[in-house]
Amino acid sequence: MRKLLFESLIRPPLTERPPEASDAAVDELARALDGAARKRLGRSLSIRAIDAGSCNGCELEMHALSNAFYDIERFGIRFVASPRHADVLLVTGPVTKNMREALKRTWDATPNPKWVVALGDCARNGGCFAGSYAVMGGVSEVLPVDLHIPGCPPPPVEILKGLLALLDGVNAGTGAARG
Amino acid sequence: MKRMSKRSLPALTGLIEAGRPVEHHAPARRAMVAPKAWNLAVEQLAEGRWSLLGLWGEPDIVHMALLGEGREIGMISLKCPGGRYPSVGQLHPPALRLERAAADLFGLLPQGLPDTRRWLDHGQWGVSHPLAPGTLAAGASATRTPPPAAAYRFLPAEGDSLHQIPVGPVHAGIIEPGHFRFTASGETVVRLEERLGYVHKGIEGLMAGSPVERAARLAGRTSGDSTVAYSLAFARAVEAALGVEAPPRAVWLRALMAELERLANHLGDIGAICNDAAFALMHAHCGVLRERVLRAGDAAFGHRLMRDRIVPGGVASDLGEAGTAAIRALVAEIRQRFPHLVELYDNTASLQDRTVATGRLKPALARQYAAGGYVGRASGRDFDARRSPGYPPYDELAFDVPVLQEGDVNARVWIRIREVEQSLSLVEQILQKLPGGPIRVDIAEPDGPREGMALEGMALVEGFRGDILAWLRIGAGGIIERCHLRDPSWFQWPLLEAAIEGNIVADFPLCNKSFNCSYSGHDL
Repeated sequence: MRKLLFESLIRPPLTERPPEASDAAVDELARALDGAARKRLGRSLSIRAIDAGSCNGCELEMHALSNAFYDIERFGIRFVASPRHADVLLVTGPVTKNMREALKRTWDATPNPKWVVALGDCARNGGCFAGSYAVMGGVSEVLPVDLHIPGCPPPPVEILKGLLALLDGVNAGTGAARG
Repeated sequence: MKRMSKRSLPALTGLIEAGRPVEHHAPARRAMVAPKAWNLAVEQLAEGRWSLLGLWGEPDIVHMALLGEGREIGMISLKCPGGRYPSVGQLHPPALRLERAAADLFGLLPQGLPDTRRWLDHGQWGVSHPLAPGTLAAGASATRTPPPAAAYRFLPAEGDSLHQIPVGPVHAGIIEPGHFRFTASGETVVRLEERLGYVHKGIEGLMAGSPVERAARLAGRTSGDSTVAYSLAFARAVEAALGVEAPPRAVWLRALMAELERLANHLGDIGAICNDAAFALMHAHCGVLRERVLRAGDAAFGHRLMRDRIVPGGVASDLGEAGTAAIRALVAEIRQRFPHLVELYDNTASLQDRTVATGRLKPALARQYAAGGYVGRASGRDFDARRSPGYPPYDELAFDVPVLQEGDVNARVWIRIREVEQSLSLVEQILQKLPGGPIRVDIAEPDGPREGMALEGMALVEGFRGDILAWLRIGAGGIIERCHLRDPSWFQWPLLEAAIEGNIVADFPLCNKSFNCSYSGHDL
């Protein structure tokens, strides 16, 4: 183990340069965020992930955000274990009817101010599962959504861009971020 | 003479021959059987001679896919007048949840089923038996409005000072939703009962009536971590039904993708299991290797998870020089770094203390449930669909199927380690032997089968988690009439309940991760 740790000291870090916040996401947020909500978060964002019927693809890419290449915590973004600690609910899946109640309760347990990010194509409108007897057809059918991050699944760098836009928008005021 | 040769046939084949064989079913045979033959098959299952590969419904029909003593595969179907048929689960418990699911979806009534609680149906759909005839067409008609969701009755556990711990469906980590109900005596788990179905999306309902192309996209979204394996299983079933063969280059590229997917998942799992024993160093290093695999997949096939790259008739993207170079570099890096991680795992006493002898699954249970993948192979079940029934190009590749007997978390880690090594070798062999030529043929979709005729196909494919079964029927116009996808998790989830018994609550994450069952693949 010592050898491995020592090598880690002398090898250059794998962590990559941060991406620019996504323009599309910044625009979407400009509409979603009100002035009072800005400046609340400083540079930190606590995320509670909720799988509301995803195929697990989005979760895999969420996990990847914590690996050495993306190292999401350097941006002040972290995944938390309880909605009580969260600023953002990151929701995946078309929202199955069997998860609707659990999703609502998780939202209710999250303190204000709070934001909802719908992650992945099926979280937007049900994607290829739309029309099924068993799904609601998108997160916005159940909760107010502030930001969509598209993709099937969105690659980690796209998730990061969206979350950075959320941070910038909330922190600096969306007008400034957009300009 | 004729009678002699018949007698020497394996019993499963004999049973199917004695029934009414269904035309146009490939490659394994399917027969409509009488209740007597059905019960005979159930007896063979209960006595441990045959294994259950799947059980699923259709309106007034129930199907069983079986693995015989000689590893031959066959399928039997039984007409269920009024939905009634003799329950398999009453004698062979691995069928229990499959029968409950078929009852929820099709309104089948397994007679004698000891557990009649609903499984996938949580009373939220606004409709009962959504796949029963007329339900989908009629929508949520008044006659089918279900009773209000009754509280789920968990199985009782009685004794002094027992307490219950409910967990989920929303978990603390970034994982899929499901409910675990622990009954514990102090720190020791007395009983775990799972309740699943939270991510039921109605995939089989969406597939029915869809063109092959749309159904293929749905199959690739059944379980995200196995998107390659599911697309492969679905494509092979379609090709079997239509009598189409994918071109050689496509066959080899498919195997390349499948082995990359296996590598990515095993590397991720090895790290995550160690992380659940609070050994983050392994997690960090394995996470780097997993990311490298995903990036190589992206460079080679244009998608990190290689989703929608396998299609009926072949593959959707070819491998270029840059992609080949990326995969070669990947193999070189894993070969260089992975042995150090294996050594670290093997030499860290505090980690071994957590994984050795924890969550032991008895070989007898693994055999009874026909547990696939590392769960079965860590408990002595020597089965790998790449070898038996086998499919190309694995017949031209050299690989070992590691098997251990211990059945603990440690054994499940070691099976993964050995399979990483095997997959690296397979990737190298595939790159070496990769034939040229076209990567896709047209499937006979525009014509499809003639009016009134249906073509059926089945495939068994080895995903990283175990064998995935795909069965489908294509009707006129190339429309999927019915498709059933059976995730390996159906036979692994119940075994997790058995493996955790007598362990401490704090070891559950470790045991759970070492099984790494799919929620989405199971719930469909």
